[in-house]
Amino acid sequence: MTAPMTTAGNAPEAPASPSPAKTIEGRSLGRIAWTRFKRDKAAVAGGIVVILLILLALLAGPLESLFGLDPDQPNTDLLDADLGGLPLGDWGGMSADHPLGIDPLQGRDLLARVVDGSWVSLLVAFGATVLSNTLGTVLGVMAGYYGGWVDTVISRLMDVFLAFPLLLFAIAISASLQGGAFGLHGLPLHIMVLIFVIGFFNWPYMGRIVRGQTLSLREREFVHAARSLGARGPFILFKELLPNLVGPILVYSTLLIPTNILFEAGLSFLGVGIQPPQSSWGGMLADAKNYYQVDPQYMVVPGLAIFITVLAFNLLGDGLRDALDPKSN
Amino acid sequence: MFAYIIRRIFAAAALLLVVSAVTFAIFFLLPRFAGETADQLAAQYIGKNPSPEAIAAVKKNLGFEQPLYTQYWHFLKGLVSGAEYKFGPEPATCHVPCFGYSFKNHLEVWPEMTSRIPVTISLAIGAAVLWLVSGITTGVISALKPRSVFDRLSMGVALAGVSLPVFFTGALLLTVFSYEWPILDNLHYVDFTEDPLMWARNLILPWISLAFLYSALYARLTRAGMLETMSEDYIRTARAKGLVERKVVVKHGLRSALTPIVTIFGMDLGLLLGGALITEQVFSLNGVGQFAVQAINDNDLPKVLGVTLLAAFFIVVCNLVVDLLYALVDPRVRLS
Repeated sequence: MTAPMTTAGNAPEAPASPSPAKTIEGRSLGRIAWTRFKRDKAAVAGGIVVILLILLALLAGPLESLFGLDPDQPNTDLLDADLGGLPLGDWGGMSADHPLGIDPLQGRDLLARVVDGSWVSLLVAFGATVLSNTLGTVLGVMAGYYGGWVDTVISRLMDVFLAFPLLLFAIAISASLQGGAFGLHGLPLHIMVLIFVIGFFNWPYMGRIVRGQTLSLREREFVHAARSLGARGPFILFKELLPNLVGPILVYSTLLIPTNILFEAGLSFLGVGIQPPQSSWGGMLADAKNYYQVDPQYMVVPGLAIFITVLAFNLLGDGLRDALDPKSN
Repeated sequence: MFAYIIRRIFAAAALLLVVSAVTFAIFFLLPRFAGETADQLAAQYIGKNPSPEAIAAVKKNLGFEQPLYTQYWHFLKGLVSGAEYKFGPEPATCHVPCFGYSFKNHLEVWPEMTSRIPVTISLAIGAAVLWLVSGITTGVISALKPRSVFDRLSMGVALAGVSLPVFFTGALLLTVFSYEWPILDNLHYVDFTEDPLMWARNLILPWISLAFLYSALYARLTRAGMLETMSEDYIRTARAKGLVERKVVVKHGLRSALTPIVTIFGMDLGLLLGGALITEQVFSLNGVGQFAVQAINDNDLPKVLGVTLLAAFFIVVCNLVVDLLYALVDPRVRLS
């Protein structure tokens, strides 16, 4: 590509713009990535959906009260008692009042329940991603930079963590902490346990990526320069190496969030994640499993919610990777 | 080569030992961490309304009062020499390998667990064959003609595939093929030796829903790997010396692009063999995964511990096999 891009690529710490006398406008790595990202229509669409979803999750409470939606409000008058509590009417009880229909047995509004499930899903996925990627980055950069026994210990630790049957472990741990731990109970406890369980066992993936990148970065001139100026370990780690790792960390985090959304939904589907009465997408699907023959609508609503959310994050992550990593194109 | 194999086997055994110790520690410390006493723990092993004498007996027999390392030592000893539990109306024997004894329904964990393995193996192997064939083929064809109609279409489907949870695709498949058009209804596991045709018929939907997710993943990985390999210098050299394109692609391109995929396959298969928890739950297959979920729901700690160790065993063994296969085809691995 263009000359300024190559310079920026080799020394990302170089000032964003060269001397103002030159007519050629210098572009920072971020600017270049942003231009490239803007050209990718699918990624931009994914990004917009992600922003909307985050807004929806943040404003779930106010929105529900604004539109008079209550995720826990039963509507038994809309159910067919003769058919064991199935929604009256076609398409799972869709109507102007309940645009996505209602659930069987209790007649709760599905739109309200899906919206209410969004913040739990995103909170757990974000929390777990932050936890595992912080652990992975710190340990990975240390293993890569210090080498020697530090590297050996951390790498072996990664091997051990990768040998754990992750899902099984997560289920067992969340089940045994269900009663109460850390002085928490109910919903806050379930969210904390999910974040911990999903985040704590996922860090080696990030750790490996960061370690590999650090191994090649630490031999670069700017690190030697910093060291010859008298900089010591922590400074080099956090001020010299880490800023250069922001790209891969950002990309990998965006791609880990959808995985964690699926993970949380899976745990809730198996009945060890978020517990009723709080609605969760996985929990709704588990519930819908008993009705898929007579009321498939019930299953499609939370299923599509998961699909759209995960797809949007994947599109955004793919786009960011293409934009930040010129080699991938 | 022989030295390398021995070294890898010992490393795998050491890894298993560490994993088992950590698993053991977690399952025995976690309930305490959550604030349970030894008495409450012992009560969990018995069932409803335990008498104080029974609790005391369990506590003593299982050594809940002893330090963790002593308990772990007893567990390891049970694996190689079996164990005896002397309490209750009849004394219980746990044969070798003693993966634990479930006091809730008075059964040894190992035989009950192993009886579920054929179901899980059938599910995992069938799905693996499907996803390897479809995923890698799609990835290769896409990479050979990037930005073609096929590439865009298949990568679009693959993106949808990695965004769909198995418990949604599985439920959709069931709705369509078992209910709306009941061509595959009344699904239940039939052993392969009993009736191979029924075995395949009843497993085809679980295979497809599992393989859809993984082939999407593998198609994306293969495509990325192939695109990178096919731009290498040695591919140009191979073409320049007049090699047939098919040989360039398969022998020079695919062979090196597949290396990282084999590693990932080893991990994926190992994980699945330890129980495809969600797929088994969706299709009500009575495999290792269902065993685990039931054990967890019943709060039956010996079973949970046993099945976790079995799953870890499968993961470690699959990774070991992959490592050894690498050493076989790539001399650099075994010499480094």
